[in-house]
Amino acid sequence: MPMVSITVNGTTRQVDVGGSTLLVQLLRDTLGLTGTHVGCDTTQCGACTVIMDGRAVKSCTVLAAAVDGSAVQTVEGLADGDALHPLQTAFHEHHALQCGFCTPGMLMASLDLIRATGGTLDEAAVRHGLEGNLCRCTGYHNIIKAVLAEAARHRAALAD
Amino acid sequence: MHAATYHRPTTLSQAQALHLASADAAYLSGGHTLLPTMKLRLAAPDDLIDLRAIPDLHGIRQQGAHLIIGAATCHADVAASDIVRDAIPALAGLAGSIGDRQVRHVGTIGGSVANNDPAADYPAAVLGLGAEIRTDRRTIAADDYFAGLYTTMLEPGEIIQEIAFPTDRQAGYAKLRNPASRYALAAAMVSQGRDGGMRVAITGAGADGVFRWAQAEAALSTCFDVHSLADLRPDPETLMSDMHASAAYRADLVAAMTRRAVAALGGVRID
Repeated sequence: MPMVSITVNGTTRQVDVGGSTLLVQLLRDTLGLTGTHVGCDTTQCGACTVIMDGRAVKSCTVLAAAVDGSAVQTVEGLADGDALHPLQTAFHEHHALQCGFCTPGMLMASLDLIRATGGTLDEAAVRHGLEGNLCRCTGYHNIIKAVLAEAARHRAALAD
Repeated sequence: MHAATYHRPTTLSQAQALHLASADAAYLSGGHTLLPTMKLRLAAPDDLIDLRAIPDLHGIRQQGAHLIIGAATCHADVAASDIVRDAIPALAGLAGSIGDRQVRHVGTIGGSVANNDPAADYPAAVLGLGAEIRTDRRTIAADDYFAGLYTTMLEPGEIIQEIAFPTDRQAGYAKLRNPASRYALAAAMVSQGRDGGMRVAITGAGADGVFRWAQAEAALSTCFDVHSLADLRPDPETLMSDMHASAAYRADLVAAMTRRAVAALGGVRID
């Protein structure tokens, strides 16, 4: 089995993976990071979204062996101890979750979108940017509000 | 998924040698079709040969009258490339409309063109712009490349290295997406050469995959105007019919998308 070196949430690890092991299996089953969810397993729902080398990807459709040498950020890497990440705080304040199943993927996809655009986003851009994430509670309105709030905060922080 | 051995060659010759040595190998690029296909057990290769670490398959450049895109370039990089946006804005717009943001970060142009999904976008770009497929063995013209659903003229083990798009054409792309799968229900790439040569390629609708709509090309050659297409509609007998859309509905969509692509010349219209 190939040995891969992967940096997850800042910690580098060496892990044995099978040739057809998926990144999401490596994260959940081998590393115990079960915050990354498997919703559809068909690249549709986005619940498994993580940020790999600075870009949001669906970890159910990335081979673990192919991430050798990469840096991956998962939802567990957002909060600093008990202090929530500002994006998590925005989701909390805007009630941007109901059952919470899609939330890890929504957070990671939103973070990628905000970082890539420097927070310059309007409602249409957020809706377009989160097309790959499904919320079966259909709680989209509050998710959009939360992402726009964090985008504005991020933009203001960059301007300071 | 079926157990497979993963390989990551760094040269074309290593990739070719791995393929030759395996009884059942599959090349892997973004894997956004291959991995779902493997999950469904519709494919079960023993060896996965990842082509993305091969430098020859990367890069976007303008060379003479061609825009050349390395096969392992992901959709997001094509969409964001200033070179692509300047040379063929409709191609950048098309790349930016594939799947969703996460998919565009991983899926590649070479993978899409090698796979030839009947509802994929890039086959329409390749055929509608009259691109060349440059492989490790030869150059194949778009008109000679596509060979039916999920089928191309690539030989076993042949690797797409890059795709060369002519930049002396004006192009427009229009698509109606299935809102659930985000694949095209019908889409049209229309391009007009400086010499007046017309190409209209349709994806998402053909019973045999991507095709050139000759009737529309003839009408637009006579007069390049949306009104030239007013009464045209492809024969539904030649179109796909499935749970998402009947062939008759797709015929209307093809006509509508072609008109929209003409109106969108120099860009895209995505609905």
